[in-house]
Amino acid sequence: MFAYLLRRVLYAIPILIGVNVITFALFFVVNTPDDMARLQLGVKRVTPDAIQKWKAERGYDRPLLWNEAGQGAAKLTETIFYAKSVRMFAFDFGRADDGRDIAREIRSRALPSLAIALPVFVLGLFSSVCFALVLVFYRATRLDFYGTVLCVAMMSVSGLFYIIGGQWVVAKVWQWVPISGYASGFDGIKFLLLPIAISVIGGIGPGARWYRTIFLDEIGRDYVRTARAKGLSENVILFRHVLKNGMVPILTGVVVVIPTLFMGSLLLESFFGIPGLGSYTIEAIGAQDFAVVRAMVFIGTVLYILGLLLTDISYTMVDPRVRLQ
Amino acid sequence: MMSFKPVLLMSDLLLLLLIVGAIVLVIVNRRSEPLRAAWQRIAGNPVGMASATLLSAFALIGLLDSMHYQPKLAQQQGSAANYSVEVLSVLDRTLMPLRTNTEKTYSAPLATNLFAMETAEDGKARSYPRLRYGGAHLGADLEQHAEDVAQRGTRGATVGLLLWLAVLAAMWLREKDDMARRKALFVKWWPVLAMLLFVALAGGVVGGLSSGYHVFGTDKVGQDVLYLSLKSIRTGLLLGTLTTLIMLPAAIFLGILAGYVGGWVDDLIQYVYTTLNSIPDVLLIAAAVLMMQVVIDTHPAWFSSSAERADARLLALCIIMGITSWTGLCRLLRGETLKLRELEYVQAARAFGVSRLGVMLRHILPNLTHIVLITTVMDFSRLVLAEAVLSYVGVGVDPSTISFGTMIDAARMELAREPMVWWSLTAAFGFMFLLVLAANLFADAVRDAFDPKVS
Repeated sequence: MFAYLLRRVLYAIPILIGVNVITFALFFVVNTPDDMARLQLGVKRVTPDAIQKWKAERGYDRPLLWNEAGQGAAKLTETIFYAKSVRMFAFDFGRADDGRDIAREIRSRALPSLAIALPVFVLGLFSSVCFALVLVFYRATRLDFYGTVLCVAMMSVSGLFYIIGGQWVVAKVWQWVPISGYASGFDGIKFLLLPIAISVIGGIGPGARWYRTIFLDEIGRDYVRTARAKGLSENVILFRHVLKNGMVPILTGVVVVIPTLFMGSLLLESFFGIPGLGSYTIEAIGAQDFAVVRAMVFIGTVLYILGLLLTDISYTMVDPRVRLQ
Repeated sequence: MMSFKPVLLMSDLLLLLLIVGAIVLVIVNRRSEPLRAAWQRIAGNPVGMASATLLSAFALIGLLDSMHYQPKLAQQQGSAANYSVEVLSVLDRTLMPLRTNTEKTYSAPLATNLFAMETAEDGKARSYPRLRYGGAHLGADLEQHAEDVAQRGTRGATVGLLLWLAVLAAMWLREKDDMARRKALFVKWWPVLAMLLFVALAGGVVGGLSSGYHVFGTDKVGQDVLYLSLKSIRTGLLLGTLTTLIMLPAAIFLGILAGYVGGWVDDLIQYVYTTLNSIPDVLLIAAAVLMMQVVIDTHPAWFSSSAERADARLLALCIIMGITSWTGLCRLLRGETLKLRELEYVQAARAFGVSRLGVMLRHILPNLTHIVLITTVMDFSRLVLAEAVLSYVGVGVDPSTISFGTMIDAARMELAREPMVWWSLTAAFGFMFLLVLAANLFADAVRDAFDPKVS
C-alpha cells in the first residue's frame, strides 16, 4: 500500500512538470512578453520604453530559458522559465498585477470557496441519491418515466438560468435573502443559503439520472435475485443491498472532485459576490492577469492529482477485492 | 455579373467537411448489418424521431446561416465592381427586415412604443415614443393593436398549417404510390409529423407576427431579439459539432494505438492525456483563449474582414475545447481496444499475417464505431451549454459573434432594471433549452440503439 502510494506520488511529478511546460509554452512562447505588454498597455502608450518598464516591473525582462550574462547557476536561474514556472513547485507564485502576493490571496480566499462548495457537494450527493432511489423504487412505472424526463429537462437547462432565475425570484421578488455579498462566521449563512440551494437543484438532473442507471445495474445482478429468493422484501433489498453496493461506484466516482472543492465555483461566486477562489479566477481572467491564471492552473492540477490518489485509496477502503500493488 | 460574391469562412469549410463526413458515415453504416439495425432502432423510437426532427429544423437554420456572401455595392459607371466589407449569410437575406429594422433601444415583445420614457423635442412632455418599425403600419390607430396581433398570428398559423398539410399529403401520396417502400414501415412517422406540426405552427405564428412587430422585443441597441436568437443557433451548432470533429481523428488514432501497440507507446499516450486531463477544463480554456486573443490582436493583417477575425476566434475556441475533451474518448477507446485485441477473431487475423495497421483499421476500428458515435452525440449538448458559461466568463466566442452566451452576457444586468427587461434572457434561454433538450433526447435514443449493454 505504502509503496503503491509512493509510486503514485512519484508519478505525479512528471505530470506536474508536463502541466508546467504546457502553461509556460502557452504564456511565454506562443506570445512573447512583448506581445503581452503591448496588449496590456493598449495601443496608444506603446513605446519601447513603456514595454521595457512593464516587463521589468513584472520580472519578464529576463531571457526565456538560458541567460548568457549570468554566472554559473545563474545562467539557469536568472530566466523566466525558472522564475515563473519552476518556482511554482515551491508554491511561490509571485505577485499579481495589482502588487498583492498571490499565495496569501489564495490562502485567504480558500475558506469562502469551501463554505459554498462543501455543502453543495454533500447536499447535492445526498439529494441526487435520494431522488434516484425514489425513481428506482418505482421503476418501470409512470413516476419513473416522468421523473427521468424531468431529469433530462433539468439537465438541458443552462446553469446560468438556475443562477439568474433563482437570484431574481428568491432574492429580488421574494426578498428572502440578500442578492449578493459575504460575511465570515454565522452572519454569512444568509448569503450562502441561496447559492447552495441553486447549485444543489441544478445538479440533481444529471446526478440523479446517472445514479439511477447505477442502481438499476445493481438490481439486475445475481445477489439481488438470491435475496428475493430468500424472501426479503423489496424495501430491504433496495435500501440494504442495492444502496450499499451502488454507493461503491458513486463514492469512488465523486471522490476525485473533493480536493478541487477548494477551487470554488466560477459562476456561483461571481454572481453572488463571494470572495473565493472562483471569483478570484474570473476577475483575473477579466483583467488578463496572467500570473494569477498561471497560479490557479497549477493549483488546480495539484488538487486534481490529489483527487485521483484519493480515488485509488477509496477503492481499497470500500471494496475489499481491490488491492493496490 | 453576379450581384454578390460568395465568401467561404474557415468554419463554413469545416462544416462542409463535416457534412461530407456524415455522408461517408451513412454509406459505411448502410453496408454493415448491425449498424443498420441500430439505425432502424432509432427510426422506431418515437422520442428519438421527434427530437431528430427538431434538430433538423435547427440544423437547417444553421446551414442557411453558413452560406456567406458579400453583397455588391452600388456601382459607378465604368469602375470595377465593389463589394461590401460586411459578410452576410443567406439567413440574413431571408430575415432582411428583422436585421435592418433596428429601433433606438429596448422595446417589449410586440410593443408599439419604446420601453423607456423620453423627453420630446420641445423639451417638456415626457412620453414613450413610438417605435420606428414595430407596429408602424397601425399609424395613430393604436386601438387596433390587439386585433392586428391576433389577425397576423392567425394568418401565420394558417400558412404554417397549410404547409404542414401539404407535407402530409405528399407523404401520403408517396406511401400509396410506392409499395416498395414497405420496408420502411418500421419508421415511426407520427412523432415526426407531430413535431413538424409544432414547428410549422410556432414558425407560422412567429413569422406572421414578425411581419409587423418585434416578436421577442428588441435589445439595448434596438436589435430584434428574434433575429439574434436565430443567429445564435449557428454558433451553438458549430461549437457542438466542430469541436468533436476536430478532436475525433486524434482521439481515435491515439486511443487505438495505445491499446493495440502497448509498451512505451501506451505509456507515452497515457502520460499525454493524463497531463492534459489534470488541468481543470475551464482554466485551460481560459488560458488558451486569452493567449489566442493576444495572437489574433497582434496580427491584424491575417484577417481581411471582421467576420473572418470573429470566425478565427470561434475556430480557436473549438480547437481548445477539443483539446480539453478528447482525453475522455481516447481513454474509452484505449480500454475497448485492450479488450478487443485479445478476442479470437483478432488473434486469427494476426495468425493469418494481417499487418498491425490492417488489424487496427479493418478489425478494431469498425468495432469502436458505436463508442465514437455515442460520445459524439452525448458531447454535443454539453458543448452548447459550455459556450454560454465561457462567454459569460469572457473566454467564449468573439463579442461580435452572436451566440447564446453573448446574448445572456449582454442581458444579465437588465434584470436589475426597474421595470425589468426580461425578453432577451427568456428568448436566449428558451432557444437554448429547446436545442439542448432535443440533443439530449436524441443522444439517449442513439445510446439505447447502439450500446450493446443497454439492449
